[in-house]
Amino acid sequence: MHETDMTKALIMTVRDWWDSQPERPPVEKIHLIVGQFTCVEPVSLQFAFEVQTRNTFLEGAELVIRETPLIAFCHPCQQQYQPDIGLRYACPTCGSPMEDIRSGRELKIDRIEYALED
Amino acid sequence: MHQTFDAALGINLLHVNQTGADHNRAHFDEWEITCLNVMSSPGAGKTVLLERTLDALRDRLKIAVIEGDMTTELDADRLRQYGAPVIAINTGRSCHLDSKMVAGGIHRLEHDYNPAEFDLVLVENVGNLVCPAEFEVGEHAKVALLSITEGEDKPLKYPIMFQEADCLLITKMDLAPYLDIDIQRIEANIRQLNPHAAILPVSAKTGEGLEAWFDWVQAQITLCRRPLEPVSAIGVNAKEFLTEQPVTTEDPAANDQEPAIDWILEADS
Repeated sequence: MHETDMTKALIMTVRDWWDSQPERPPVEKIHLIVGQFTCVEPVSLQFAFEVQTRNTFLEGAELVIRETPLIAFCHPCQQQYQPDIGLRYACPTCGSPMEDIRSGRELKIDRIEYALED
Repeated sequence: MHQTFDAALGINLLHVNQTGADHNRAHFDEWEITCLNVMSSPGAGKTVLLERTLDALRDRLKIAVIEGDMTTELDADRLRQYGAPVIAINTGRSCHLDSKMVAGGIHRLEHDYNPAEFDLVLVENVGNLVCPAEFEVGEHAKVALLSITEGEDKPLKYPIMFQEADCLLITKMDLAPYLDIDIQRIEANIRQLNPHAAILPVSAKTGEGLEAWFDWVQAQITLCRRPLEPVSAIGVNAKEFLTEQPVTTEDPAANDQEPAIDWILEADS
């Protein structure tokens, strides 16, 4: 359950941002980008987020997770391909190892949506 | 009026752990210590590998162990027999070591010993093929073990670990005659993900392949100390294993930054 630790890191990072805002605005949504070639399970992350934000400044905030597919680039073939996670990672055309990952390793807090009354 | 705004952050989810790992590595570099992060599933043979390593290299290298596998105190006690300091970290129920836990171990090393005397710190991670792969602890190289009883498909099922590793030990080779397992298949599966890592079949029981492992460890130390030395100066065995392997990923500029003191003090409490 490293998603618990990752959620803790997420909350701390958002907290730092929130503390730096003079208005301390209510956070509505947190947008995450999670690659499919990471050890992170979005469902576990959602669950951990819901539990850990209870009675905090993030209570009720929505966690929006965008998953990015695993895409590799084969240099001998000069083309991109999508490996079958769990089955095969080498290039389907020439069998070269997966070396150059172009997408799928992301673990990023992309942006925050917040509300202001005026 | 209620209006919604957007703040772009673009921050890596693991940046806190990464900053801590860089800080730990800066400590190791200052003391000229090479740090290896040893990972595998439970029961693949991390502790026995460390036992053999401590036993074989104790006359050549000054070694300390940071022991994260705290399911039993027995592991730490087994390793203490070889005279090396073993710093046990209380991981609680955590499924991996993070850089903050290891920082606590480093501070114990600094407090109880003279860290500049050491050549090598071996970090034994929590037995798990998934989580430790994502959490750097400040190591110079990652070592992953896969025992042949686990099956040929494990590199495909737990790809991050096998992709990240700089050295892959295929362990329990003495059991090969009793198992229906294709070692070449394991190697081929690893190679799909990791064309450059050293792959070393070993048996801690019979000693098979261990010399190659000791040479690999020795080569890491030489490389960490003299990062500009050409690979050809290290010896034939090491050269074979180290082709194109990233040795020091450390950005020298990162060491110049002021360490996060408050963060590190917190780790000691």
